[in-house]
Amino acid sequence: MHELGVVFRIIDDLTDLGKENELEKIHSVTIQLGEVSGVVPSLLTDAWKWAADRTELMKDAELIIETLPAVTFCEDCKSEYETVTYGKICPKCGSEHTYLLKGNEFLIKEIAAT
Amino acid sequence: MDNVRVIEVKRSIFESNDKDADKLRGELKESKTFLLNLMSSPGSGKTTTLTRTIEALKDKYRIGVMEADIDSDVDAKTIAATGVKAIQLHTGGMCHLDADMTRQGIKELGVEDVDFAILENVGNLVCPAEFDTGSTKNAMILSVPEGHDKPLKYPLMFSICDVVLINKIDVIPYFDFDMEKCKEYILMRNPKAKIIPICAKTGEGINEWADWLSEQIDAQMK
Ligand SMILES: Nc1nc2c(ncn2[C@@H]2O[C@H](COP(=O)(O)OP(=O)(O)O)[C@@H](O)[C@H]2O)c(=O)[nH]1
Ligand SMILES: [Mg+2]
Ligand SMILES: [Zn+2]
Ligand SMILES: [Zn+2]
Repeated sequence: MHELGVVFRIIDDLTDLGKENELEKIHSVTIQLGEVSGVVPSLLTDAWKWAADRTELMKDAELIIETLPAVTFCEDCKSEYETVTYGKICPKCGSEHTYLLKGNEFLIKEIAAT
Repeated sequence: MDNVRVIEVKRSIFESNDKDADKLRGELKESKTFLLNLMSSPGSGKTTTLTRTIEALKDKYRIGVMEADIDSDVDAKTIAATGVKAIQLHTGGMCHLDADMTRQGIKELGVEDVDFAILENVGNLVCPAEFDTGSTKNAMILSVPEGHDKPLKYPLMFSICDVVLINKIDVIPYFDFDMEKCKEYILMRNPKAKIIPICAKTGEGINEWADWLSEQIDAQMK
């Protein structure tokens, strides 16, 4: 399951961060997730609960997910459009020569800790 | 809890893996070992293609294979039957490998004994594209039954691949598969991609693939 794999990654990163900053407890973690990052927020939350509770530092920490919109650029008519609504085909000119400008982000934005 | 601090992190989940992967790539260059990361959907023909590739190159290079795909027990045996060193990576049911797991595999293979290391990645086109393994080059296999529009559905995978092998060309007559369109879609995602149509079953196209690999391996061993 992809979500569990990325949760382990988050936990590793935050464990390092905890050591660097001499943290006792992380209370919440804010994640920014692009709309087409391929990660399912509800599965991510479940995986987080399972894995975080197995650590001292992150036990019971809340995972806050902020969604970032996905935008696609059309190379033929140079317009930008919403990826989730229109997919790969440009709604203005019908071209397939399009690419994703943003929307596959997966960032740890901030944490609240003591 | 008035002493709660908010700490800005602003770090991509992939960042620490990316760094780790770059480090591994450097180490491999240092030890003159070429690492190929082979990816595809399940059943596209990774193991069959590997067997052919080993046959073509095993007299020229010392080859080592790391198996991470789901059927890896069977796959590792198939590969071991070709006479090269094959190990099984324990992914714990994970859908991708990261640089750290790859490094452990490389250690087990032993870089002193291997010029050409191959990683048969987990059969999936989503997360292996996001997790850099530290490989010298990335290859993926797209098989004819999957359809020529696959590059449109998995843009990231196609954009990170140095080579795309189009496998199972023997079954083109039975599928509505447009080779020219397929190539066009791949190049749209990645103008630098090298595309080689092959039939792992009969060995057609394997020579061109082996030549491409030899060039890369020789460059790494210099
Ligand atoms: N018709 C045809 N079948 C193939 C070809 N290459 C592989 N196969 C078959 O596809 C199936 C999956 O192949 P395998 O190498 O195990 O795929 P993997 O899961 O990606 O390792 C097997 O039944 C192979 O015999 C090919 O070029 N043509
Ligand atoms: Mg296989
Ligand atoms: Zn994954
Ligand atoms: Zn357009």
